[in-house]
Amino acid sequence: MNILSIFVLIPLLMMLGLWISRNLNQIRTVMVTGSTMLLALSIYLAAAYISMRNAGADAEMLFTDSISWYAPLDICYSVGVDGISVVMLLLSSIIVFTGTFASWKLQPLTKEYFLWYTLLSLGVFGFFISNDMFTMFMFYEVALIPMYLLIGVWGSGKKEYAAMKLTLMLMGGSAFLLIGILGIYYGAGAETMNILEIAQKHIPLEIQKIFFPVVFLGFGVLGALFPFHTWSPDGHASAPTAVSMLHAGVLMKLGGYGCFRIAMYLMPEGAQIWGDLFLILTTISVVYGALSAVVQTDLKYINAYSSVSHCGLVLFALLMMTKVSATGAILQMLSHGLMTAMFFALIGMIYCRTHTRDIRELRGLMKIMPFLAVGYIIAGLANLGLPGFSGFVAEMTVFTGSFQNADLFHRICTIIATTSIVVTAVYILRVVGKILYGTCTNEEHLKLTDATWEERFTIICLVIAIAGLGLAPYWVNDLISNSVEPIISQLAVK
Amino acid sequence: MELEIHVIHYLILSTVMMFCGIYGFFTRKNLLALLISAELMLNATNINFAVFNRYLFPGHLEGHFFSLFGIAIAAAETAVAIAIIINVYRSFNKILTDDISEMKG
Amino acid sequence: MEFTILILVLPAICFPLLALFGMKMPHRVAGTIGTVAIGAVTILSYITALNYFGAGRTAEGIFPTLTPWNIRWLPFTETLHIDMGIMLDPISVMMLVVITTVSLMVHIYSFGYMKGEKGFQRYYAFLSLFTFSMLGLVVATNIFQMYIFWELVGVSSYLLIGFYYTKPEAIAASKKAFIVTRFADLGFLIGILLYGYYMQTFTFTPAADQLMKAGMILPWALGLMFVGGAGKSAMFPLHIWLPDAMEGPTPVSALIHAATMVVAGVYLVARMFPLFIGFAPETLHVVAYVGAFTAFYAATVACVQSDIKRVLAFSTISQIGFMMVALGVCTSMDPHEGGLGYMAGMFHLFTHAMFKALLFLGAGCIIHAVHSNEMSTMGGLRKYMPVTHITFLIACLAIAGIWPLSGFFSKDEILAACFAFSPVMGWIMTAIAGMTAFYMFRLYYCIFWGKENTELHKEHVPHESPLTMTVPLMILAAITIVAGWILPFGHFVSSDGKAYDIHIDTGVAAISLVVALFAIGLATYMYARSSQPLADSLARRFSGLHKAAYRRFYLDEIWLFVTKKIIFNCISTPIAWFDRHVIDNFMNMLAAGTQACGTLIRPVQTGKIQTYTIWFFAGIIILTVILLLAL
Repeated sequence: MNILSIFVLIPLLMMLGLWISRNLNQIRTVMVTGSTMLLALSIYLAAAYISMRNAGADAEMLFTDSISWYAPLDICYSVGVDGISVVMLLLSSIIVFTGTFASWKLQPLTKEYFLWYTLLSLGVFGFFISNDMFTMFMFYEVALIPMYLLIGVWGSGKKEYAAMKLTLMLMGGSAFLLIGILGIYYGAGAETMNILEIAQKHIPLEIQKIFFPVVFLGFGVLGALFPFHTWSPDGHASAPTAVSMLHAGVLMKLGGYGCFRIAMYLMPEGAQIWGDLFLILTTISVVYGALSAVVQTDLKYINAYSSVSHCGLVLFALLMMTKVSATGAILQMLSHGLMTAMFFALIGMIYCRTHTRDIRELRGLMKIMPFLAVGYIIAGLANLGLPGFSGFVAEMTVFTGSFQNADLFHRICTIIATTSIVVTAVYILRVVGKILYGTCTNEEHLKLTDATWEERFTIICLVIAIAGLGLAPYWVNDLISNSVEPIISQLAVK
Repeated sequence: MELEIHVIHYLILSTVMMFCGIYGFFTRKNLLALLISAELMLNATNINFAVFNRYLFPGHLEGHFFSLFGIAIAAAETAVAIAIIINVYRSFNKILTDDISEMKG
Repeated sequence: MEFTILILVLPAICFPLLALFGMKMPHRVAGTIGTVAIGAVTILSYITALNYFGAGRTAEGIFPTLTPWNIRWLPFTETLHIDMGIMLDPISVMMLVVITTVSLMVHIYSFGYMKGEKGFQRYYAFLSLFTFSMLGLVVATNIFQMYIFWELVGVSSYLLIGFYYTKPEAIAASKKAFIVTRFADLGFLIGILLYGYYMQTFTFTPAADQLMKAGMILPWALGLMFVGGAGKSAMFPLHIWLPDAMEGPTPVSALIHAATMVVAGVYLVARMFPLFIGFAPETLHVVAYVGAFTAFYAATVACVQSDIKRVLAFSTISQIGFMMVALGVCTSMDPHEGGLGYMAGMFHLFTHAMFKALLFLGAGCIIHAVHSNEMSTMGGLRKYMPVTHITFLIACLAIAGIWPLSGFFSKDEILAACFAFSPVMGWIMTAIAGMTAFYMFRLYYCIFWGKENTELHKEHVPHESPLTMTVPLMILAAITIVAGWILPFGHFVSSDGKAYDIHIDTGVAAISLVVALFAIGLATYMYARSSQPLADSLARRFSGLHKAAYRRFYLDEIWLFVTKKIIFNCISTPIAWFDRHVIDNFMNMLAAGTQACGTLIRPVQTGKIQTYTIWFFAGIIILTVILLLAL
């Protein structure tokens, strides 16, 4: 059996295990075992991938496999990974793993919650291993649907509204996507759905012109592209902790990944034609998200807008279409995934103690819950791009890469986008100063306790991942930039 | 005078039955009357099947089969429908369609 | 010289050790670990300096640039990559000595100053982090490594300013410091990226053909880098964070906001000096003008402040202005032909680090004794704290430029360089030097002489500080006394790398001495006695000016206006409103529109089977008719 299929198999087995679990301990055992296995598997995969590359394997995708499951439309279950998918799988498994611990004490309907949670992660893993457009799309849908229930049932605040809005907007995106996929399929001669094979063919320019924006927008909605980002603040604010983590940390990355892997890879000429327009939108996203975050008063809204800004940077870097910037985009996905997951985890933990996320009501948490407060500062510093954490590496790669694009238009966009690093500092430090520092005057809050062991574990895992990436970016960078090469060369040739 | 029965006579009969059924289905409110109308329509088609088979393809039996199927399905349908109607009557104490709207969304 | 890596590694280990396990340690242990580590680093730096300068010159008569370590950290392209390494050349070795010396003094001093403070271990952890970052900054092998450590010193400064995190002023100050410098760093970053793109390298020595090709871009890139330097080094108008940064513990102010971090901008300009001279002399002169204006502005403000740390902060800004001027007035690489300023600026950086650290540590002793920063609580302290008094006086004389203290020598070189550039600049800087002497002695008299605040002192008798605090003062005072005439600074650092003999230009020296003595005399006349009639009457006569200077010419209000009113209220709030009410509403309208359509066609579904069948048969009839017509 192909190693990649295990990524889908484990969640299936986990769901089975959850189905027959009788009590909380069994549920936890299943979740911890399963997510640990996923994490171990993805680490093993990364190691195996690197060693195969070093041994001279030069195919674009490794570990490939293909089984036809609907011949009339040439739909196959075809899998395969390159460096980009390997790091994305690594990211997803880290988030799923830590998310499990972050929802350790979740009540009520724990079993059902974890069932949907596992189904969501199944979709995510399936998406990243797929090489077939339609299978990819199917897994994408699998990942979207559980979100509705997870937010609608276990969320907080205006949860029904948020869940509905999020699902409808993302579904709208996926409608575009389906049209786009069929467009590509027929444009490329209706012979195959496999991305690698389509990339060898040439899709006629007229088709590219029409379908590039369709596919890009379809994925762009999930990547929080301005002006289709408004599901993100409401959705994130209402979602339960682990779901916010998984959603901002991984699900939003499906957008960037899809834009790169499908839209830009398969339709390079379309990308050249539409690139400038979308570049303007992403530049707006970057600055606009950051500026909106400055005045928010709800912790989750701040982070959601910050996600809009950072995910905007991902699409921004992709559209710069240089090798370095695309590498930076992938790094940014990785880094933002980890950082934002950590943020949401911390906010969730603070919220479940104080029952408020309003920064005007929180004060002096440093004295009350030092561990969480220090974690929050670390997450904040990582978010504003402090060297030593992943954010810096990603942002610098993005900006250096963007500067390779020397014409005036791209240069101006780049310079506008760089200003976001200042604004990021403003909203991060504003929150840190308001909620962590100072003296707490709220009697209720003074009685609160610091993090429990599983919360500490979650945070520590994420800090290690963020700092690890930030201190030793060499190997990840190497892994990604080699895999970005074929896609970028496709863009450069035409 | 030899009374010869042509295909046209059968078709007149079935058409009359069909339109009686349709008329009944449109106008009656009583569930039982609706059921009877539906049966009329069904049987009109059965007659058509048998007649066309008999006159157009004398060597074949498909039409007869179909009418037999039709009768069997009509029987099953009637059984189910009457069961439903009886249950509806028991629970609501009425069998006029306008009065039974509790189940509407 | 491979051992130099330990200079970075020791504090780098020390920081996580203290940060993670410090809370479990007693204060004394944590402090000792930090101090011993920094002590070892200091010794290593001295050994490095001895080895480096002792190893002799190359055939061209310059000290070779060594890179004992260089690791590729993050590759972008074949030529563009961020390396992490250690580069030793005269200025970086000189900076190593300065940083470790001051840092060690501060570590020792903090034992006494921070005694019993909550978060003592955290304090030492942050000090280690800062020392690590600052050392990494000066030994950077390329501009991007410099930027990385540049950001790290920024964040350590943020953490240390906000050390008293329950104090609202400290929180605001730390935030302001970080954001203002971050804003400047944006310029630095764009400068680096431009530089990297056009030079195809991040190292300090780009290839000649790339330099030729870059043309007009290089002055811009260097100018943008200077913006970053101006932020860190508190040049006007980005200086606003530095006075507020005094909310941090006083030893921190001595280390970060007086001696080391704030001169990073000067160091940056010095680092890029060959490029400035060769390709962007105009930009370099802009540096000089900015420096001169800052020096003047800060000196005027320093004359009227009443918080002693604020006076020192403005004096720091002013002195950094001097260093910038020194670098900026250079016109060639030859120290005999207009390149003197380079050596002068670096020399002043060195001497200033010592006596300014001394001043701040002295101020720390005073604050420790009277528990206040305000001059009004002091006066007449000389009899209570003799050691502090003497060392403070030495530092004041040094900064005023009185022979034979170190400040005299470095300031004289700067003035000589300015006169060589243009007499106007020379005279302006001489006048500012006079103002320096004046406000420093105003400070000195108000603290140690003048009218004693007897009520307060009776209540709480000021006392001399413990030995841990006074010993660093004495060491720094000793360095301040001897550094000028013992150290042949020009032999180590000069613009072209060759040995340069410092010779005192008697004309310039005489003028500056006279001006300084006059200023001191004026200060003595105005402030040494218990009542200050002249100062008060001047303040009354020019009350508008006095008030403006006291409020630092309202720059902080402008800053607040820009951030609060413009960015917060005029940009961010409307954007957030726009997002919620326009974009989001549009999406909601889409949903509402769909719903309205649904409601509109809903009556068709009556739920009555008869209606459906009528439609059904109507359909059949229509179809039949169509088919019949078609046939």
